[in-house]
Amino acid sequence: MASSNQKTRKKPYGALLVMGLLSAGLYIFLLLNQASLNKYFAMGGVYAFLPIATAFIFSYVHGSFTGNFWTILGIEASKKKKEVK
Amino acid sequence: MHDIANMASNFISLDAVNITYLFLVGFVGGLVSGFIGSGGAFVLTPGMMSLGVPGLVAVASNMCHKFPKALVGSLKRAKYGQVDVKLGIVLGISAEAGVLYGAHIQENIKKAFGDAGSNLYVSVAFVVILAVVGGFVLRDAWKTFKSGNSQEEEKITKLARWVQSINIPGTMVYFKSLNARISVLFTIPLGFATGMLAATIAVGGFIGVPAMIYVLGAPSLMASATELVIAFVMGLGGSFKYAMHGLVDIRLAMIILGGSLFGIQLGAIGTTYVKPFMIKVVMGIIMVIVLFSRGLMVPVYLSQLGLIQALDVTTVKLLKSTSFIIMIAALMIGAFIVLKAMWQGRRAERMTAQEAFETAKI
Repeated sequence: MASSNQKTRKKPYGALLVMGLLSAGLYIFLLLNQASLNKYFAMGGVYAFLPIATAFIFSYVHGSFTGNFWTILGIEASKKKKEVK
Repeated sequence: MHDIANMASNFISLDAVNITYLFLVGFVGGLVSGFIGSGGAFVLTPGMMSLGVPGLVAVASNMCHKFPKALVGSLKRAKYGQVDVKLGIVLGISAEAGVLYGAHIQENIKKAFGDAGSNLYVSVAFVVILAVVGGFVLRDAWKTFKSGNSQEEEKITKLARWVQSINIPGTMVYFKSLNARISVLFTIPLGFATGMLAATIAVGGFIGVPAMIYVLGAPSLMASATELVIAFVMGLGGSFKYAMHGLVDIRLAMIILGGSLFGIQLGAIGTTYVKPFMIKVVMGIIMVIVLFSRGLMVPVYLSQLGLIQALDVTTVKLLKSTSFIIMIAALMIGAFIVLKAMWQGRRAERMTAQEAFETAKI
């Protein structure tokens, strides 16, 4: 029963695609603009917010993508012990 | 500002090999972190330095990948009911103080004894702490395995029972991971020590997780998940401090994060398939192997300080390479155990589901 439920559950292909494209876009931007990014991100002081904000943006976009990635591959948490007591 | 401009010019150029290397080390580090709550940093910082990244930039960039990774990992494990956010934040605040104090000690040692003195301090801290704590964790895991009680609920230690029995009015707080009220005064030295270790050897969790298990009485799974909250709090504060000085190489941090977010999700999923004592097994094994890796470097620094006979260049090179290889091996062995335990857990679950299906058909 559990396995049939698993088969019929909708997999997040759309979210994977959107977040995957966004994540790829972020990484392409990062690698194509290395010189200017390094210049501003290393200015220190109030510019310290730049790396912090970037880290949060990447963690949201790429984190959602990687989460969906494993789900699509069928690697999900155990159904038996979701709660720790 | 001139220093900052110089630092920017110290950022290395990246090629496909460097990027792949950082991504893969990030993945393995993330996998281990998702499972035991920390780890990976001890390989990432020297790993970046081996590419020519200056030490401080490596530490700063590692820190800047650590807090978003810990955020994603803790959110994932919170879904499985494994995170005690309150305990994580309380410990994280005192850990932040420990990081600042640890960094201050490091600076003073560096001023007084130079790079070799600072490296010797770090290596001795590694060896002593990992020998004591790692040995204890591994011994405990072995005892659980030998007793055949690995399926049973974990018993709390006498020390944790004592900590939970002390009532200091005005300081008592309920923590869900402990299912008890304890005085926050007990959490301060533990968080502080976690932060100091993070500032010294980059992996505060080697103190934080065992402290939550053995001193406070948290279950292993909750302790390792809550460590991710501590790592987030510490990492966010630390990253900001380094970013204020323009030391974060955002490219390095985000490339490592790219790999580690794949790893941390997998490591977090892995915790739902294994017996709790596996957390101790993986942590203990990594700690003991890393201790040997750092132990090999002690004679190198002692000779640089003139405390023992000078070593020849070939010996120094050999010791350095062997030490780095052992460190990578520690991480790979940890990752292998996590993946194997997860695979076995998934297979057992599938077989049980299959049997239940067959029985239902009959």
